[in-house]
Amino acid sequence: MKLQIASQLAIYALLELAAEPDRHFSVAEIGEKYHVSSHHLAKVMNALGRAKLVRSVRGVGGGYQFVGNARRTTLLDVIEQFEDVNSGVALTGGTSPTTTEEGALRGVLDEIDNITRATLGSITIGTMLKLVERRRHVGATR
Amino acid sequence: MAETTVEPRPTALASLKLPIHIRRAQAADIPAVIALDERVTGLNKRDYWEDSFKRYAQSRRADGFFLVAEALDRKAGQPILGFIIGEVRAWEFGSAPCGWVFALSVEPELRLQGVGEALFETISAEFKKSGVRKMRTMVAHDNRLHLMFFRGSGMMAGPYIQLEKDIE
Repeated sequence: MKLQIASQLAIYALLELAAEPDRHFSVAEIGEKYHVSSHHLAKVMNALGRAKLVRSVRGVGGGYQFVGNARRTTLLDVIEQFEDVNSGVALTGGTSPTTTEEGALRGVLDEIDNITRATLGSITIGTMLKLVERRRHVGATR
Repeated sequence: MAETTVEPRPTALASLKLPIHIRRAQAADIPAVIALDERVTGLNKRDYWEDSFKRYAQSRRADGFFLVAEALDRKAGQPILGFIIGEVRAWEFGSAPCGWVFALSVEPELRLQGVGEALFETISAEFKKSGVRKMRTMVAHDNRLHLMFFRGSGMMAGPYIQLEKDIE
């Protein structure tokens, strides 16, 4: 599956902030690491703020700080702020299949959607941080 | 099996300031297992848990494990904190021998305090002693609690897809 850029940036930003929850990160700091503009990232951070996952800290040394629960916030929680993870609708443009062929394909796509939602809904920011650390360790020992 | 004493994570609840003790299940634990499972699932599966005790604890198999967690200073009559059951299975579905975890439950009020982790780590160590280097489990799509726990314990999706059909 493909994730929209905004979803990816949101996850990366949360991983940065949640790894150091006592720190504030500026948009410029995160943008520099992931090679994205501050303008683009600021929109993402605003959405995360509305979702009560981050808070902005004004003034000198300010920025954004993680205020969610890393052990309970899942990738699905984040991604759904920016896009719908479900597969496309029926060819007719409606939400219900109008032919048996569309119904059969919808059934197969529903299988994939269920696995997708279960996977994204079970991986927390905390678990992602462990995955990042594991990769870092493997990379360092090679 | 070497019994394990684990220091729990810091917690606001006074009851878990003491270390957790993991050991093999005994016959006297089974009523508490049945009661815990019924509180969590709403189903009384007495026959199932008594049979599980016979298969994985009473039989003293080297490759089957029915473990319970209790507070180290547990007094008589105090319930267990949780349990885990697993065994080494070989060549089912074409899989080389690996450890399967097929039951895990922790007292709901005591979750997020290291009990599940202690049970999981202990059974992992037992699987390793049995000579296997892979462990698996199966979780329903809508069982977010278990999915998040096993994912957080380092498990990822494996190479199998579970398929099913209704028998008409």
